[in-house]
Amino acid sequence: MNMMSEAAVEKALDGKMNEVSYKMVGREVSVYYGDKRALFDVNLNVRENTVTALIGPSGCGKSTFLRTLNRMNDTIDNCRVTGRITLDGDDIYDKEIDVVELRARVGMVFQKPNPFPKSIYENVAYGPKIHGLARNKADMDHIVEASLQRAGLWTEVKDRLHESGTGLSGGQQQRLCIARAIAVSPEVILMDEPCSALDPIATARVEELIHELRANYTIVIVTHSMQQAARVSQRTAMFHLGQLVEENDTDKMFTNPDDQRTQDYIMGRFG
Amino acid sequence: MTDAISSAAGLARPRPARRDIGIKRRYAAERRFRAYGIAALTFGIVFLFLLVSSVVSKGYTAFQQTMITVPVEFTEAIIDPKNERAENPQKLMTANYPLLARNAVAKVLGVAENDRTGLRDVNKMISDGVRSQLRDMVVANPALIGTTQTVSLLAAGDLDSAFKGQISLDVPEANRKVNDKQVGWMNQLAESGALAKHFNTGIFVNGNSSRPEAAGVGVALIGSFYMMLIVLVLSLPIGVAASIYLEEFAPKNRLTDLIEVNINNLAAVPSIVYGLLGLAVFINFAGLPRSASLVGGLVLTLMTLPTIIIATRAALKAVPPSIRAAALGLGASKMQTIFHHVLPLAMPGILTGTIIGLAHALGETAPLLLIGMVAFVANYPTTPLDPSTALPVQIYMWANEAERAFVERTSGAIIILLLFLIVMNVGAILLRRRFERRW
Repeated sequence: MNMMSEAAVEKALDGKMNEVSYKMVGREVSVYYGDKRALFDVNLNVRENTVTALIGPSGCGKSTFLRTLNRMNDTIDNCRVTGRITLDGDDIYDKEIDVVELRARVGMVFQKPNPFPKSIYENVAYGPKIHGLARNKADMDHIVEASLQRAGLWTEVKDRLHESGTGLSGGQQQRLCIARAIAVSPEVILMDEPCSALDPIATARVEELIHELRANYTIVIVTHSMQQAARVSQRTAMFHLGQLVEENDTDKMFTNPDDQRTQDYIMGRFG
Repeated sequence: MTDAISSAAGLARPRPARRDIGIKRRYAAERRFRAYGIAALTFGIVFLFLLVSSVVSKGYTAFQQTMITVPVEFTEAIIDPKNERAENPQKLMTANYPLLARNAVAKVLGVAENDRTGLRDVNKMISDGVRSQLRDMVVANPALIGTTQTVSLLAAGDLDSAFKGQISLDVPEANRKVNDKQVGWMNQLAESGALAKHFNTGIFVNGNSSRPEAAGVGVALIGSFYMMLIVLVLSLPIGVAASIYLEEFAPKNRLTDLIEVNINNLAAVPSIVYGLLGLAVFINFAGLPRSASLVGGLVLTLMTLPTIIIATRAALKAVPPSIRAAALGLGASKMQTIFHHVLPLAMPGILTGTIIGLAHALGETAPLLLIGMVAFVANYPTTPLDPSTALPVQIYMWANEAERAFVERTSGAIIILLLFLIVMNVGAILLRRRFERRW
């Protein structure tokens, strides 16, 4: 369960990069909060085993789009989603789709670290428990250890698994939340500005982690930081006023974007 | 920054005069506000102290009862002159037991058997409660008949008051409940050690009685206990379920707004209105018995529900939304999110609300008056359907009695009620601590 070496990661990805496979596809996605329209016909594909960064000024709809991907918008009373979003070809807004199962496949990490006020062990074990992923205690111990190791937290907390998760530092809490999301073996992990509440060192740890997780998971990350998008992602999508402005390879996006508005935003002319 | 600017601009430039923003006034206002706070606290504490000290100083004597310990002859000629007890056990129930007690005390005092006024005075020193006291002894063990046993007889209420110094002996004898001869005997018995104050277990276990020395809050305690049980069992689940539905599931529309306003209003409805409602619905319509603690419990449940619902909703609202998002994001269903995460976090608040509601219900009198719980009940209720009273109603009834000895008993009952409330509140705090530590 150790992390793959850098080379192994690149190698594993190379094979897939040639024939592009889309994990999630959004077609004409629009979101309304009551009468207010927050997203305008967004067409965006999320590539498998790729980190896709969503950037754009505040209120541009990037978080809203992220939340449509695992239907977290359902919990908002007057929110309405139109268009079509598929996960491996299946429409996730179909009536047949169980939202509980969807969220097990598309996990989420939030802006502010939000561990349950329970022990570190229970935090990680909760997801596997409700989804019935462990047959016995030994199984569960294994899942917890593996998840914490993947989140790079194991060595720091292995001696205090039964202490409260809220007693950890901010950066550790966020990695605990990532471990918690990983524990249910999702295919896609959504991250909503996961580093905005962290200091630079903790941010670096989480970014490193995102880089490693890419080998096994498809990641969509919302970020305010251009540098972070450039560091962690392979694909970048730029939102503005509820519209998708441009979606491109990250390298191209930050050196030679197709759209003038992207250029302006990256240069810091607005936002 | 400012330094850099001012040095760049030259030190010669005079600083602009500061606008008077009233800093002194602001500090004075703060000091004044603190003084108000301390004054309000002092005011409250003084009155609490006055209340408690007045109740305790009046009531502590109620926990002592004067008894006359004398050898009582269980004369067969008085209990069962025709020796019928073998075929008719009822005879033992109706025998003239007070006569045994009177004779026993008269013998100790040396009152002649033909001194009729003397004997009448002796009789007035003994409570009529000795009837049941001696009867219970004989019925339990008929072999006592014909023997002599040392028994602590209940002294009459007036003698009890006199012995506790509550009846002033400066009052002319004619206006006094205890005459000089009786006071003399009382002192004589006290010196010999026959007459003494004992711990009054009767006030805890006896039912109501028109004789203060035999009256107790036993029935009221049982009635109050039944009612608290009914209130807890009904209002906690109903209240919590209603709050969870309203807070977590119900759509926010006109109807739920209306319900919310009504719940808030119900919490402020005078309790006597609930009594009328209970009378109409539970007794007249549903045909439940009057004076029953079941009906009392149902009425108090209705009264407590709004309190519990409001407290529970506030506790649920106070759980951070990030916890809900975290659970939902992991694929927990709404039910799992609520029962695994939200409800346990809200538990301390819910418990506090429930205990406040229960304490409120325990002290409530008005609605119980309307459903007939203001009744003279001497026998223990075995089920919640039997007639009973409640502690606050018992206090209300004793406060209306004329005898001097009921004054201390009223305060004594208030002390018992307050002790109950303290026990409940301490329990609430302990429960809260436990739940909070777990999280």
